[in-house]
Amino acid sequence: MVRPLGFLVGLGFIVALLCAIVTTPLSNEPQAAHAFHKEARHLPLSSDGLFPHWDKAKLQRGLQVYKEVCSACHSLDHVALRDVAELGYTEGQVKTFAKGFQVPSINPDTGEPATRDGLPSDHFPAPYANEVAARAANNNALPPDLSLITKAREDGKDYVYSLLTGFQNPPANLPKELQPATGLHYNPYFANLNLAMAPPLTDGQVTFADGSPNDVKAMASDVTAFLVWTAEPKLVQRMRVGWAAFLFLSIFSILAYLSYRNIWADKEH
Amino acid sequence: MSFPWAKSYEPQHPLMKWMDEKLPIPRLIYNATGPGYPVPRNLNYFWNFGVLAGAALVIQIVTGIVLAMHYAANAGVAFDSVEHIMRDVNAGWFIRYAHMNGASMFFIVVYLHIFRGLYYGSYKAPREMVWLLGVVIFLLMMATAFMGYVLPWGQMSFWGAQVITGFFSAIPAVGEPIRVWLLGGFAPDNAALNRFFSLHYLLPFVIAGVVILHIWALHIPGSNNPTGIDVKDEQDTVPFHPYYTAKDGFGLGIFLLVFVALTFFSPNMLGHADNYIPANPLSTPAHIVPEWYFWPFYAILRAFTFNFLWIDAKLWGVIAMFASIALLFFLPWLDSSPVKSSRYRPLNRIFFWVLVADVLLLGVCGKMPAEQPWVILSQIGAAYYFAHFLVILPIISRIERPLPMPNSITEAVLAKHADKSSASATA
Ligand code: HEC
Ligand code: HEM
Repeated sequence: MVRPLGFLVGLGFIVALLCAIVTTPLSNEPQAAHAFHKEARHLPLSSDGLFPHWDKAKLQRGLQVYKEVCSACHSLDHVALRDVAELGYTEGQVKTFAKGFQVPSINPDTGEPATRDGLPSDHFPAPYANEVAARAANNNALPPDLSLITKAREDGKDYVYSLLTGFQNPPANLPKELQPATGLHYNPYFANLNLAMAPPLTDGQVTFADGSPNDVKAMASDVTAFLVWTAEPKLVQRMRVGWAAFLFLSIFSILAYLSYRNIWADKEH
Repeated sequence: MSFPWAKSYEPQHPLMKWMDEKLPIPRLIYNATGPGYPVPRNLNYFWNFGVLAGAALVIQIVTGIVLAMHYAANAGVAFDSVEHIMRDVNAGWFIRYAHMNGASMFFIVVYLHIFRGLYYGSYKAPREMVWLLGVVIFLLMMATAFMGYVLPWGQMSFWGAQVITGFFSAIPAVGEPIRVWLLGGFAPDNAALNRFFSLHYLLPFVIAGVVILHIWALHIPGSNNPTGIDVKDEQDTVPFHPYYTAKDGFGLGIFLLVFVALTFFSPNMLGHADNYIPANPLSTPAHIVPEWYFWPFYAILRAFTFNFLWIDAKLWGVIAMFASIALLFFLPWLDSSPVKSSRYRPLNRIFFWVLVADVLLLGVCGKMPAEQPWVILSQIGAAYYFAHFLVILPIISRIERPLPMPNSITEAVLAKHADKSSASATA
């Protein structure tokens, strides 16, 4: 009973699929944007690979770029001000750094909304009070929170770096419907080719205390390295613990194998 | 149950004797995974995966309970609470990555376990009940993993929930009301998130219960083995402990090595970048893709693009996707060959590997966007999948001529070793 019924059911699915095959066109709708889209360029960082470390001087420069440039539009919600201690600042420096921010608060006497100096336990304050304000200031586009940006895009850091350095004039052969509309900027690394962020970096914009290069590429690389850290502050620690666990389990597995061989020594199997 | 030569439990210590009279748990363990359970001596490494699936379940439950202490099932803060676990909870990043990749390890192990059963005919009499309970576990795992993936409330969480619950709206007339009732709203939101969390916490314990039944059912006939030949006498078996406890210990070591490599060195490799974007009902991701372990089924779902007969394409897809798993319930009766192991089934062996290739192909199609050539490949792959179980298998199990088989497990083992030693003598 099962087999004849199963045979009929199977036949039903197969015929439905054969009909689907003959009725589905074999060619895809042409997508003009594909031809202009570029693969992200690789950005090598000290946090890559199986033995990563943080390049603290670079992360400090990246923090400076974020603070002086990106923070005008982008929030960093998941990162606490105290977290920057991991970039090599002393406790005193972190306190002063936190004081430099104004965070929303209430007036202790009247209960009216007010602001106060930042504390290390505060998170990075957002540039806009809410989404409406953010969109109003940005041509109706929403600057995304950057805390997780290098994990929230395919190709992660390579993409962010390519995007920051990838603004250019649209190529001459770009079809009309792909041309940037007013307020949009051409960037072949962006999924839609045109995004609402103007090129945020220009050569020499930020001055680094250590005199490091400050052309667009160098600043983009520094801020991307910083955003790798904000997305995964536990990355280096994770790799270290991983190696310890891996080593321990390798020894465990070897011992387990030897005891397995020993126990089975007299049993052919 | 078990074989007449199984060792029997004889407590020595007065405390153990006392325990044995009142509540014989030590006896139960002795007979289930101790020296009291005789097992074929010739099991290969594919028999490790059952124990490993159990280990994966325990790991999911332990890491899950810790996550639930810090997670907040509220659509407004769920995403942030997961980031709080990643950043501020002591070793929270480890617990969360272990749970996330533990789900993948669980499925890897269970898929190998299922294909082992398919190759060696472990679903055949007298083990049909073991197989049926296994399919129930598989379904429960899929439900659990789906609801777990919704919890971090990222873009894929939200849109995945939207697509999967959308299956119900394919049912004519009553579909849409059912969907709204299940979700507690017109789209996934707080009500859905809360019930998913509740069920995600519950189902693993239901799985644990069914696992106990699965092992109970197994211990009645005892384990199958690579030859598929029944155990005849004591020489064919070894006591589970110490023989297979030692082998499973080694297997567990290798499993944990892979698990650790994935969790610590590349924890997001199997995930999707979009799930690090908070859920946004107003912005649909370019491609909605489920987790890798659902890809083959997702490909079957999307393969149906034609309104065949009076049923529309979407409903065909949903029915076919459920049927692709439900047909496994009938497998013991679809395959009528008296021979279990594909070692002695020359035709089944070939078609088994074609099936493996087909499921891998469907997996790739499920990952890719619904564009050519992936659409036609998934249509061919899905048609072959149903053909395999519902047409090819019933036919070959009739016409196939099995290869000559040894008389017993021991004979097979000794023949293998005789081959080896004569080979080394001539070398
Ligand atoms: C003047 C405001 C402004 C400044 C300054 C700014 N951005 Fe943006 N950014 C935006 C807006 C608006 C968007 C949204 C673009 C869209 O969706 O079209 C955006 C989008 C992005 C994206 C996401 C692109 C995507 O794939 O969705 C990244 C990454 C980014 N910005 C990085 C940066 C970095 C790094 C800096 C500092 C060097 C920076 N931005 C400075 C306004 C700004
Ligand atoms: C059958 C076993 C289980 C499977 C297959 C499973 C699967 C999953 C998956 C795939 C996720 C999403 C991970 C992510 O993307 O972040 C998840 C999240 C979660 N699970 Fe489970 N789980 C299981 C058992 C449990 C148990 C027993 C509990 C609690 C008692 C639990 C609690 C949680 C919590 C709180 C989350 C949200 C936190 C997070 O997203 O990391 N899980 N689960």
